[in-house]
Amino acid sequence: MIDALAVDLLQLIPLAVLGAVMGLDVVSFPQAMISRPIVAATAAGALIGHADRGLAIGVALEFFALESLPFGASRYPEWGSAAVVGGALFAMTPDNIPAAMTIAVLAALITASIGGNSMVWMRKFLARVAHRRAAALAEGSGRAIVGLQLAGMTADLLRGFVLTLLALACFSPLRTLVLATFTFPATLARAFVVSVASAVGLAAVWKVVRMTAGARWWLLGGLAVGFAVAGGLG
Amino acid sequence: MNTPESKPLTLPLSVKATMALRLFAIQGVWTYETMIGNGIAFAMEPALRRLPGGPTGERYRTAMVRNSGYFNAHPYLAAVAVGALARAELEGLPEAQIDRFRTAAPGPLGSVGDRLIWAGWLPLCSALGLLAFGLGATPAGVVMIFLGVYNVGHIALRIWALHAGWRDGLRVAHALGNPVLRQGPAHVARATALVAGIALPVAAQGIIGPGRALLGGVLAAVAVGALVVTALHGKYEGWRLAIFALAAFVLFSVVR
Repeated sequence: MIDALAVDLLQLIPLAVLGAVMGLDVVSFPQAMISRPIVAATAAGALIGHADRGLAIGVALEFFALESLPFGASRYPEWGSAAVVGGALFAMTPDNIPAAMTIAVLAALITASIGGNSMVWMRKFLARVAHRRAAALAEGSGRAIVGLQLAGMTADLLRGFVLTLLALACFSPLRTLVLATFTFPATLARAFVVSVASAVGLAAVWKVVRMTAGARWWLLGGLAVGFAVAGGLG
Repeated sequence: MNTPESKPLTLPLSVKATMALRLFAIQGVWTYETMIGNGIAFAMEPALRRLPGGPTGERYRTAMVRNSGYFNAHPYLAAVAVGALARAELEGLPEAQIDRFRTAAPGPLGSVGDRLIWAGWLPLCSALGLLAFGLGATPAGVVMIFLGVYNVGHIALRIWALHAGWRDGLRVAHALGNPVLRQGPAHVARATALVAGIALPVAAQGIIGPGRALLGGVLAAVAVGALVVTALHGKYEGWRLAIFALAAFVLFSVVR
């Protein structure tokens, strides 16, 4: 069964391209939120041929993403490329393997953290690029302004590509190794990851709405309805 | 020099459309020194070409230098500044007046945008997507609901902001008193609370799979976990704590 987890390097290239596009959307262009996990992971899953599995992990990652909103100059995780990594890893894993979601979520969270740092490195790199073009910028050259803008977006695209490629190249064999030696049952593995994701998601929503008058009651009412609906669906 | 008194200042639709498209790349170069300053000049540039002397003229170059300096605002509402500054430059308003606007505008444009979009519209649309998933929508359906609803608001806001900035010029501050911007965040926050409250259990139910056998434990863990993450707010982020929790869980399973 584990042999089925081997990944062809060529398979990673389209995923890296997707990761680049999703990474670009986070800040540079066009910020249409195609980089949100619920979209990016679903797209990665669709590329593998399992959009439904991509969506499932996208939902788990979206719980975490609710917590880290891209406020101003704050540092935040890069969810676009990370969700592609998580979505691809989960979609590439056969249904009946325990801990597939746990490993994919962990890999995506680590990638999101590294991705957030990579955006900081890129911003410092772009500042150096701007310094090199300081003379042209100081003259008010339109070509220099436009060129710098295009250079920034190109750099961000490359950042997302390299990040996604390296993350998949590292985590694919690691996932194979871990899944082969994982000893907890599927029930516990899935319950654990969903508990962690839901706890972070619930705390994130509380953080967002707690300052608004009356919002806590709307949240409590919503939870009551949600549990009733979930009970009916389950 | 064009002035409002001499003749109405207009921009061809093609120029406005180019500016609107460039707004989507306003954060293409984000640095800690100038923030989105380069993007502001990049988005204004099609309008500035209409300054006397064209893109090689002195006024064009002066305006490009002035407007590529430090500027920080919410990326969507920065369109207000782009429209207002483009008008001010084409009207030939004094440099000191433009500089005052560039100093005063970022605060309100940042805080209103952050509250309305990052802390309001985005979580609300995210919760709608999660709810759609929990209620059984297909992957394409979930993606279309989330992206469709989010981007109706996103694109409408960018277009309105550019229009308001251009229409009012440096007197655009009163546009930020628009009821949608003043009272909208509170209404959106309440809607987010309600929809997210429904969506979280419904979506979790959709991904729990075999873990449903441990439902009681899951509910208890979520309650305790959410309290812990809330208590640690400001010190540790939940998603970072989750990395350690999941890594420890996996490691224990492998080595036990």
